[in-house]
Amino acid sequence: MHSYSYLWLIPFFPLVGSIVNGLLGKKIKNEAVIGGIGTLAVFVSFIVSCNYFFTLLGDSVKVHQNVVASWISIGHLQVDWGFLLDPLSALMIMVVTGVGSLIHLYSIGYMHGEEGYYRFFSYLNLFCFAMLMLVLGNNALVMFIGWEGVGLCSYLLIGYYFEKKSAGDAAKKAFVVNRIGDFGFICGLLTLFWALGSKGVWTLNFVEISENAHLLQSGGVLITVVTLAFFLGATGKSAQIPLYTWLPDAMEGPTPVSALIHAATMVTAGVYMIGRMNILFAMSPVTMMVVACIGAATAIFAASIGFAQNDIKRVLAYSTVSQLGYMFLAMGVGAFTAGIFHLMTHAFFKACLFLGSGSVIHGMHHGLHHAHLHDDPQDMRNMGGLAKKMPITYWTFLIATIAISGVPLFSGFFSKDEILWWAFGSTRGHWGLWLIGAIAAAMTAFYMFRCVSMTFWGPQKTNPKAKDHIPESPWTITVPLIVLGFLALVGGYVGVPAALKGANHIHHYFEPVFGHAQEIFHISIKEALEHSHGTEYGLMIVSVLLAFSGIGVAVFMYVKNPELPARFTASFKGLHQAVFNKWYIDELYDFLFVNPTKKIGTFLWRGFDVKLVDGVVNGCAWVVKGLGAGLRYTQSGYLHNYAVAMVVGVVVIVGYYVFG
Amino acid sequence: MIDVHHYLLLSAILFSIGCFGVLTRKNAIVIFMCIELMLNSVNLTFIALSRHVGNMDGQIFVFFVMTVAAAEAAVGLALMIAFYRNRESIEVDNFNVLKW
Repeated sequence: MHSYSYLWLIPFFPLVGSIVNGLLGKKIKNEAVIGGIGTLAVFVSFIVSCNYFFTLLGDSVKVHQNVVASWISIGHLQVDWGFLLDPLSALMIMVVTGVGSLIHLYSIGYMHGEEGYYRFFSYLNLFCFAMLMLVLGNNALVMFIGWEGVGLCSYLLIGYYFEKKSAGDAAKKAFVVNRIGDFGFICGLLTLFWALGSKGVWTLNFVEISENAHLLQSGGVLITVVTLAFFLGATGKSAQIPLYTWLPDAMEGPTPVSALIHAATMVTAGVYMIGRMNILFAMSPVTMMVVACIGAATAIFAASIGFAQNDIKRVLAYSTVSQLGYMFLAMGVGAFTAGIFHLMTHAFFKACLFLGSGSVIHGMHHGLHHAHLHDDPQDMRNMGGLAKKMPITYWTFLIATIAISGVPLFSGFFSKDEILWWAFGSTRGHWGLWLIGAIAAAMTAFYMFRCVSMTFWGPQKTNPKAKDHIPESPWTITVPLIVLGFLALVGGYVGVPAALKGANHIHHYFEPVFGHAQEIFHISIKEALEHSHGTEYGLMIVSVLLAFSGIGVAVFMYVKNPELPARFTASFKGLHQAVFNKWYIDELYDFLFVNPTKKIGTFLWRGFDVKLVDGVVNGCAWVVKGLGAGLRYTQSGYLHNYAVAMVVGVVVIVGYYVFG
Repeated sequence: MIDVHHYLLLSAILFSIGCFGVLTRKNAIVIFMCIELMLNSVNLTFIALSRHVGNMDGQIFVFFVMTVAAAEAAVGLALMIAFYRNRESIEVDNFNVLKW
């Protein structure tokens, strides 16, 4: 019987790496050592995670807890520093540490020459620590530590180039918007604690919550409020409507940060949270419908904005928001397995895409620097024809793009199709949700291939002085790309559905986690559709056709007829402006929330703090000064005055004792 | 008979005269003399009451008062000499520099 008492090592190594690099990094001038410490810390965690993953596969008991120490023990509340290993967290730690190690390796080469090299690795390790606490925590408070920690590290890393005002602003925006979500999380947590407590169960431990959830009324107001509050937290952390606005701005951070935090791990925390508390969500059909609707709406909304962006990282950022919408759509219709499956495949192809874009930017930087030009290395209008210049980057980027577009045999197809099938056929699904998801899938294929054709195909639009000096990136950058590209290619084969004669391994893998809730609340594919695979094949064919049509339109518009996009933009000027300006949502939020808050702040500063508080303090001083001005005349310097005062004093005192 | 209240009355009158002198007169030496007058009136009170009560304590205390009066006169006169060296006068109206 393998011991699970070393689970705490998994978050421990990155924490140690972070502290070592943070405290000693400035003295260790050697980049290889700093990068090595950082990468090794996460890689060792990965080895331990692999060990536990395979141990769990062979273990008949699927839920294990490792309590290291007691943290809070007050009255009824008992919270431990505890870690929970079950199929869900086992998969998450593999993804986090695996993709994390690759990105650390990538960063060694990518961040070469940076002033705060050690700071980067320290923060990145700290992020891994927080994320691992989030996914391994056995109770909601340890998860919340991780939740807040990843938000903090996101702030630190987005604002890595803190000398740039735009980076500092983006970091603050990310943190503040996240905070609004965190408020929701706390409200949900407290309400849940109180609700269960009023039934006699005082706990925040996930296993105990799942066991005792039935004490609350299914479908009732309380459970709906709790789950909606948690979902608000998820919208903040995972960039859904209405709290997604921070993610595109977060591209100010270095590209490895965008890959790790804003693609593969932190933004998936919301999806993980719903998976962890699936029984609570299953108890509230209202919340699940809200989750699904917001997920679908976000998917299509963000995809539309991706159409008109020129910065390669912005396209990928909106793509992330859109794909996260898919994951929430899955969780909302009860396809928990599909949601986590898509989380995994998305981590692979999105990290590959971001790292690939980093490689392109790196190459463009090199070329533009060589020619002493100040063109934007991230603007796709300056790229083109890079397929021959950067072959490894090109092929891995293309593989990941095909995966995200949902082309069969690549990983994205299996996970996305599973989501769309459940959106259509689940007992908690709706054909309307399927329709929105399908249209968004076509849009995804279009804008991703637009991105590929603008960057890699066609003639080189880079300035002639720079175009011949764009090299392929070094091995520390291309090796992670190759690994991730491979995973984007084959990662889907763990979830081949029964309709395609597959064993759907991942569905069986997640049985112990989601099976219970799905069974009790009858969340599954509707009876009528379950057995014949006709409808499923039909939907599959529709989504494949949509994917190819999206790709086709993109190729037609950007490769065959390159003048078409400009004509299109000119004839639909208003629409293009709206989409290019992100549907003016940031401006709307400024008007509704940011400016009123600033006005309140200014009033409290000028009206309240300066006038009232300073006034009171200064007023006290003024009163004392006035009293002094009056009293000082008693010190006349005239001896007889003092003598009179003494005599009067004596008379008063004696009189008091004689007559009083 | 000369009763105790006669002594007390005399003492009160002497004290009042002394007090009035301290508060009114300008010459520092005269002020010292008035202070001595006040002290002596207190001595008289002590002795009278001592006789009246029958206790010797009052009369013993007179010795202390006299000692204090003597010491105080010595110090005060030394002070006046120091003042005179500075101001060429010992009128208390001239000692008014330590004011607001």
